Amino acid sequence: MTGLSFDLIALQLFAGLALGAIYVLFAIGLSLIFGMLTVVNFAHGAFYMVGAYVGLYILMLGGNFWVCLIAVPLVVGLFGVVVERFLIRPLYGRGIDYPLLLTFGLSYVMVELVRIAFGKSGYPFDTPEILQGAVDIGVGYFPLYRLFVIGATAVVLLALWLFLEKTSFGLIIRAGARDPQIVRVLGVNVAQVWLIVFGIGTAIAGFAGLLAAPLQGVIPEMGGTILAEAFVVTVVGGMGSIGGAVLAGLLVGVVVSMTSLFAPEMAKVSIFALMAVVLIVRPQGFFGRAGLMS
Amino acid sequence: MTRRITTSGSISRRRLLATAGAGAALAASPFRINLLQAQEANIKIGFPVPLTGPYGAEAQDQVRAAQLAIAQFNDGGGLNGRKAELVVRDDKLNAGEAATRSLELVEQEKVNFVVGSLSAAVQLAINNVTKERGIIFNSISQSDAINEAKDFSKYTFHEALNPHMTAGAVGRYAFPKFGKKVAFLTADYAYGTEMLRGFLEAGKAFNIENLGDVRHPIGATDFSTLLPRLQSLKPDILCICNFGRDQQIALKQATDFGIKKTTQIIAPLLSHASRVAAGPQAFDGVIGGCSFYWGLEDKFASTKAFNAAFSKMYDGKLPTDYGALGYGGVRTVLEAVKTAGSVDTDKVIVALEALKYDDYKGPQYYRKCDHQSVQSVLVIKSKSKDMKNESDVFEIIGTEEPNEANLRSCEELGHKA
Amino acid sequence: MQSSTNEVIQPLPGAQASPVGWFELAKLHRASLASLVVLVFPLVMPFTALAANILIYGLFALGFNLVYGYLGLLSFGHAALFGTGAYFCGIAIVHLGLPWYAGIGLGVVGGLLMAAVIGVLAIRTRGIYFAMVTMALSQCAYYLFYEAVDWTGGENGLRGINIHQISVFGLKLDFINPLTRYYVIAAFVIAAFFVLSRILASPFGAVIEAVRENEARARASGYDVTTTRLITFVLSGGFCGLAGALQALHLSIVPIEILHYDTSGIVVMIALLGGMGTFFGPMIGAAAFLMLENIVSTWTVHWQLIVGAVFMICVLFFPAGIWGTLIKRIKP
Repeated sequence: MTGLSFDLIALQLFAGLALGAIYVLFAIGLSLIFGMLTVVNFAHGAFYMVGAYVGLYILMLGGNFWVCLIAVPLVVGLFGVVVERFLIRPLYGRGIDYPLLLTFGLSYVMVELVRIAFGKSGYPFDTPEILQGAVDIGVGYFPLYRLFVIGATAVVLLALWLFLEKTSFGLIIRAGARDPQIVRVLGVNVAQVWLIVFGIGTAIAGFAGLLAAPLQGVIPEMGGTILAEAFVVTVVGGMGSIGGAVLAGLLVGVVVSMTSLFAPEMAKVSIFALMAVVLIVRPQGFFGRAGLMS
Repeated sequence: MTRRITTSGSISRRRLLATAGAGAALAASPFRINLLQAQEANIKIGFPVPLTGPYGAEAQDQVRAAQLAIAQFNDGGGLNGRKAELVVRDDKLNAGEAATRSLELVEQEKVNFVVGSLSAAVQLAINNVTKERGIIFNSISQSDAINEAKDFSKYTFHEALNPHMTAGAVGRYAFPKFGKKVAFLTADYAYGTEMLRGFLEAGKAFNIENLGDVRHPIGATDFSTLLPRLQSLKPDILCICNFGRDQQIALKQATDFGIKKTTQIIAPLLSHASRVAAGPQAFDGVIGGCSFYWGLEDKFASTKAFNAAFSKMYDGKLPTDYGALGYGGVRTVLEAVKTAGSVDTDKVIVALEALKYDDYKGPQYYRKCDHQSVQSVLVIKSKSKDMKNESDVFEIIGTEEPNEANLRSCEELGHKA
Repeated sequence: MQSSTNEVIQPLPGAQASPVGWFELAKLHRASLASLVVLVFPLVMPFTALAANILIYGLFALGFNLVYGYLGLLSFGHAALFGTGAYFCGIAIVHLGLPWYAGIGLGVVGGLLMAAVIGVLAIRTRGIYFAMVTMALSQCAYYLFYEAVDWTGGENGLRGINIHQISVFGLKLDFINPLTRYYVIAAFVIAAFFVLSRILASPFGAVIEAVRENEARARASGYDVTTTRLITFVLSGGFCGLAGALQALHLSIVPIEILHYDTSGIVVMIALLGGMGTFFGPMIGAAAFLMLENIVSTWTVHWQLIVGAVFMICVLFFPAGIWGTLIKRIKP
C-alpha cells in the first residue's frame, strides 16, 4: 500500500473515534435498556431513524440544528415512553424473547410509517453552517462536524454518568438493575423507573440519529445497518454495561477504521468476527455479568 | 400513483379469476370457442420492479413511463385491435422474491413478455427464470453480466446501458481534461468492479496512472475511514464506482472532507433520484454518465415527444432516467410485436433484432450477439444554481454517440462469432 | 399437534395399545395428516410458486422450531443453515455438474455442517447471548459466501440451477411444469415430516424436551445436556439445509439475501405466528405469513406496516401462535 504514513494512521485513528462515537451513543441506549429492563430493543435502530426524521421535520418547519439538539431527544424519548407503557409493559414476566420479538415487529411498523409520511427515498440533511469545513488537527485536516460529534458524545456520556452516579434517582435506577424485587419492597415504583429508563435510552438513540444525519443524510432504512453493528458493540462490551458499551463502541470504530485501511474487503466481516471471538473466549463480554441471562 | 399501480394489479388478478372461471365453464363446450377466447386476450407484459425499498421512487417512475408506452400502443390500435396490458409486481429489490414473482407472472398470469428490474442481481434472477421458459425478457437496469454468454439466451434483451459503457464514456470525457493521476473508490460487489473495469479499459488509451483502488462494502454508511487515504494519494480525478445510497453518502462525505477543492470527482452513473435525495451541495460539480435526461429534447424530436406525452399524462411531471428506460423497454417490445404481426416469441425476437428505433433518446438498435441496446451515453454535470424547474438538476456536457466499438466485443463476452 | 409439555409424558406411539380419542388418534397420525393437507394445498393457493415457497419456508421453520420450540433456544442465525443448504445444492449442480438428487443430498450435508460449526461455537452460550452469537456467526457466513464470487456469484447471486427434467424410477418428470415441481418438493417435505415425527416420538425427543423444561433435572437424571443441545441443533441444520436445497431447485437461483439476517428474522416470525413447539405450527405460520405478505403487497406497497402490526398483535395477544391457540380451544 502506497502512501502509508504516521499522519495517515493518526488521521485514520481519529476517523475511527468519530465513527465509534455514534456507535457509543447508539449502544449505551441499547445497553441501558437491556441492563435495567432485560429488554433487547430491536426497534432501537428505528428510534435512531425517527430521531433523524424529527430533526428533518423541525428544519422543514424553520427551526435550526441547535433547536433539534434539544427537541429531538425530548420527542423521541416521549415516544419511547409511550411504547414502553402500552406495548412492552404487558410483556414483563413472559420471558426475554417476547419484548425482543415485539420490538422486531415494531421496527417494521415504524420504518413503514416514516415511509408513508416522508416518502421512500431519502433527504439531504445539511451540516449546520458554522460546523462546515475542516480544521487542522496537527496530523492533517479533519471535518469540523466530526469533532463536534465526538464532543457531543462526550457531553452526553458525562451527563448520563452524573445522572446515574450523583442523583438519588440514579441510585434507584442502579439498585433496580441489580435487584428489582428489593427495590419494590422498599416502596419504589419500579414500573415508573423502567418507563423513564426506556425513555432515556430511546432519547439517546434519537439524539444519535440526529447527529448521524448530517454525515449521511436521512433515509427510512438508516437504522437497520447500525442496529446489527450496535448489537456487536453491546455484546462485546457486555450487555447491560454502560462502561462496556463506551469502550467497545470506540474499539469497534477503530477496528473498522483500521481494517478499512489495511484490508478493506474485511471491514464488514471484521466486527462480526471480533464479536464471535470475544464471545467464545469471554461469553459475557468485557464487563458483562456472567450468568445474567441464563 | 401507488394506488393506481396496486389497483391495476388486483383488477388483473380478479379479471384473471373471472377468465379462469369462464374457462372452466367453457370446458365442456367446443374447443373452437376456447381458442377464440385465448386469441382475444390482452397482450400481457409482466413488469417486476422494486416498488418497496430504497429505489421505490425510481420504480414508480418506471411504472409510470411503461404505462405510457402501453397507452400509446393501445391508442394506436394495438395489434389489430388486440390491446396490451401491464402486470406490475413488486420484486422488493430481492432476487429471491423476483424469481418467485417471475414464476407467478409466467406460470399464473401467463404473460407474453417480461420487462423490468432495477438491480443487477434481480435482473439476472428474472432472466434465469424467463430464459428457461422461453419468455422474452427486456432488462431495464444496469449489469455487465447479463451480456455475457453464461447468462445470455436468445430471449434476453438489455435496453439499459451497462457499466462498461457508462464508465467508458465518462472516462473518455474526463481523462484528457482533468489529468492522468486517477484514484478509485469502489463498492465491493459485481456492479462496482464492473464500473472499475470500465474506467480502467477506457483509461488505457490515455495512459492514466492508477494511484490506487480503495474498496468499501456495499451499503456503507461511513466513508470517513477511507477518505483520508484517498486524499493522501493526491489524485487529479477520483472515480466513485458505486450507486444509489452509497454514492450519495460518499459524495456528501467527500464534500465534507474537502476533496472537491483539489480533485475532480467523476462517477459512471448519476441518477436523477439520487441527486434529488442527496441535494445539490453533495453533487455539486460531479461529472457522470446517464442513459437519458429530459434536457435532450433540444436535440431530438423523439425526446420532445416523449417528454410532452409523459407530462400530459402525469400533471406536468418530466420523465427521469429510470422512467425513460421503463418506457423504452416496453415500447420496443410492443413495436416488435407490431412488425412481427404476432406475439409469437421467435417472430418477436427476429423483429427486435432487426429493429432500428428512435423512441426517446435518438437512434438505437439491439446488437445481434448479446442483444445489448447500442445507444448514446450522456455525460452530465450536476447543477447547483440557475435551475429552471425542479427537474433541472443536470447539464449535458457531452454525448458519446452509439458505437459498437465502445461495447465489450462479442468474443470477449464469450459469444461465438 | 399438541402442547409440548404433553409430549414428554406421552408414551411411544408404538406402545399405545388403543387410541383414547380422536385427538390422540390425530396426534398419532400427525405426519400423515400433514401430508394430506400438503397434497391438496396448491389447489387453494393464488399461484403454485407461492404454494411451493410456503412448503419450503414451512420446512425451514420446522427445522428452526426444533431448536426454538422444542429445545427452547432462540437462534437468530438460522439463515446460515438455510442458505448453506441452498448454496451447496446450487454449487453441486452448477459447478460440479452433479444430478439434482445429489444436489439435494449435498444441501442437507451443507446444513448439517454449518449447524455443526455454529453449534460447537455457540451452544455453551445461553438466552440472549445465544441469539447474538448465532447472529454474528451467521453474518460471518454471509460474508464468506459473498466473497467467494467464483463459486457463489457474490452479490449477483448464483444462477443456472436449471433442471428441466428429472427421472424417478424411470419415470421422466417435467420439472418446468409448476405442479410437477410442487409435488416433487412436496415429496421431500412429507418425508421430512415423517422423519421429524419419528425423532420427536423417540426417547431422544423426550430428552430434548426434558432439557428445555428443566435443565438441572435433566442433568441430574444423567443426560448430557450440552450434547443433546448440539445434536438437536445439527439435526435442525439438516432440515433447514434440505429446505434451502429445495428453494434453490424451485427458484433456479440462490440470491445472496438468503443469508441475510432478515431471513433469520422471518423464520422466527413464522414459527411464532404459527405456534412454536407445535408440530403443525411452522407450516401454518409459513402459510399465514407468506399469504399475508402476498395479499397485502398486491394492494399496498406498505405491506411491511401490516405484517409488522400483525406480528406485534400476535406477540401481545396470541403468544401461542395460530395453531397453539387453536389447539388449546379444540383439545378435548
